[in-house]
Amino acid sequence: MKRCFQVHADDNVATLLEDAGPGDAAVLGAAPDTRVALLETIALGHKVCLRAASKGDLIVKYGVPIGVATQDVAVGAWVHLQNCSSRVDERSNHLDVRTGVAKDTAYA
Amino acid sequence: MPERSWTGYLREDGRKGIRNLILVLYTVECASFVAHAVAEGEADVHVIGFPGCYDNAYAIRLMLALATHPNVGACLAIGLGCEYTQPARLAEVAERSGRPSDWFFIQEHGGTRSGIAKGKAALESLRAQLAAKTIQVPMSWQDLVVGAECGGSDGTSGLAGNPVVGRFYDMLIDQGGSAVFEETVEMIGLKDVMRSRAANPEVALQLDRSYEKAERYCKSVRQYSVSPGNFAGGLTTIEEKSMGAFAKSGSRPIQGVIEVSQQVPHPGLWLLDSVPDEHFMQFGYTNPNDTEGIMDLISTGAHLVMFVTGRGSVIGSPVAPLIKVTGNARTFERMREDMDFNAGSILSGERTLDEAALELMQLAGDVASGMMSKPEALGHREYFLMYKHQDTPQLEAGCRA
Repeated sequence: MKRCFQVHADDNVATLLEDAGPGDAAVLGAAPDTRVALLETIALGHKVCLRAASKGDLIVKYGVPIGVATQDVAVGAWVHLQNCSSRVDERSNHLDVRTGVAKDTAYA
Repeated sequence: MPERSWTGYLREDGRKGIRNLILVLYTVECASFVAHAVAEGEADVHVIGFPGCYDNAYAIRLMLALATHPNVGACLAIGLGCEYTQPARLAEVAERSGRPSDWFFIQEHGGTRSGIAKGKAALESLRAQLAAKTIQVPMSWQDLVVGAECGGSDGTSGLAGNPVVGRFYDMLIDQGGSAVFEETVEMIGLKDVMRSRAANPEVALQLDRSYEKAERYCKSVRQYSVSPGNFAGGLTTIEEKSMGAFAKSGSRPIQGVIEVSQQVPHPGLWLLDSVPDEHFMQFGYTNPNDTEGIMDLISTGAHLVMFVTGRGSVIGSPVAPLIKVTGNARTFERMREDMDFNAGSILSGERTLDEAALELMQLAGDVASGMMSKPEALGHREYFLMYKHQDTPQLEAGCRA
């Protein structure tokens, strides 16, 4: 089974250790012997939601807030720029969700 | 980790190096072609230089810190002849530290070919002087200063690459060694986490001040230390990247904050602050690229630098060897010729964090003993010196701060 890793017990996300989904993945780390059903394909190094978050809820990893949910996030969903934003860095709201490339720079 | 010793090079100023290099320094972009041609084909000669014609106190401190670095045994400073930065003064400081040194202006020697010939002749003489005064001495972990930088980070960096360096740092410090980590712009969101690691209340205040400066700086330039590749690799926010980056500091108390070109005051763990201090010129970005950060670490006296890169990188460094660590097994396979260490095996469960950290320490000992790291063997010697302003340590007046 594909695997993901939850660093801290307070975390509501886990990091994928390989490309996975849709389907079940094993959660290693803080809460061993649990599973999460991925709702979509999530790439290595990206995050899956372990506990449903409402818009405005904190996204927690390493036991510390790493951002805030910008919409409701279901268990098993990919957590990234499309549904989570930094509490300090306003520029990262202007990036392409897949490539991370900035969309606020003019080339002509 | 058991004790380990290897043979190093004792300088007259009492410092011990793991390499015995000659450093060529140029003092303006106009002299860079000749400087590189002088060093061409000379395995023990590395090059750094500053592009600007107007001098800058920060850049001069950085060049002096590199000229008197423990891995450097002799210096050759090359100028064009019009610029503000004076090669004679750089050579003078290096000479005073016990390092055979020389300098010249290209304009006074006729041009490109004669400048190169002059430089080659100077190298030959410096090499002979260095050989005559080189003293080999035993070195151990207590003598070693290691720097750590991360770049091209992805979701594995915070889970494997940085934690393995952090655990190695704990072991090194427990053996009486010194460790320096970058950097405050990658600690945004972690003020309380950082403060809890301070060795004493005074250090906690230092950390607060550095943190607040970094936050102000990022806000004012509207740029945090996070790149498109980081986002594509799964990092969603600077706070997430910060927490992963902070893992490379390990778990020992932070002894204090040092700025660029300040030498590590005593063994233990140190935070390097390379963020510009307030100044009428708002010079560029605090860390425009990975190479700039690596040069900052080397300027504190780091003998070697750990570079954690989840997505992979093809840079190296002059003066101090770079060891490339990745937490991403796919990156390791894809870029095997460039990567020194695969921490991805921690995530696949093949070995524990402690086992991997011990292996990394073994590798650090091997490189300290003379084994070339991958980027070193490939000939990578990237450097980047820029205009910047930091308040300390103060140098004499008269130079553009």
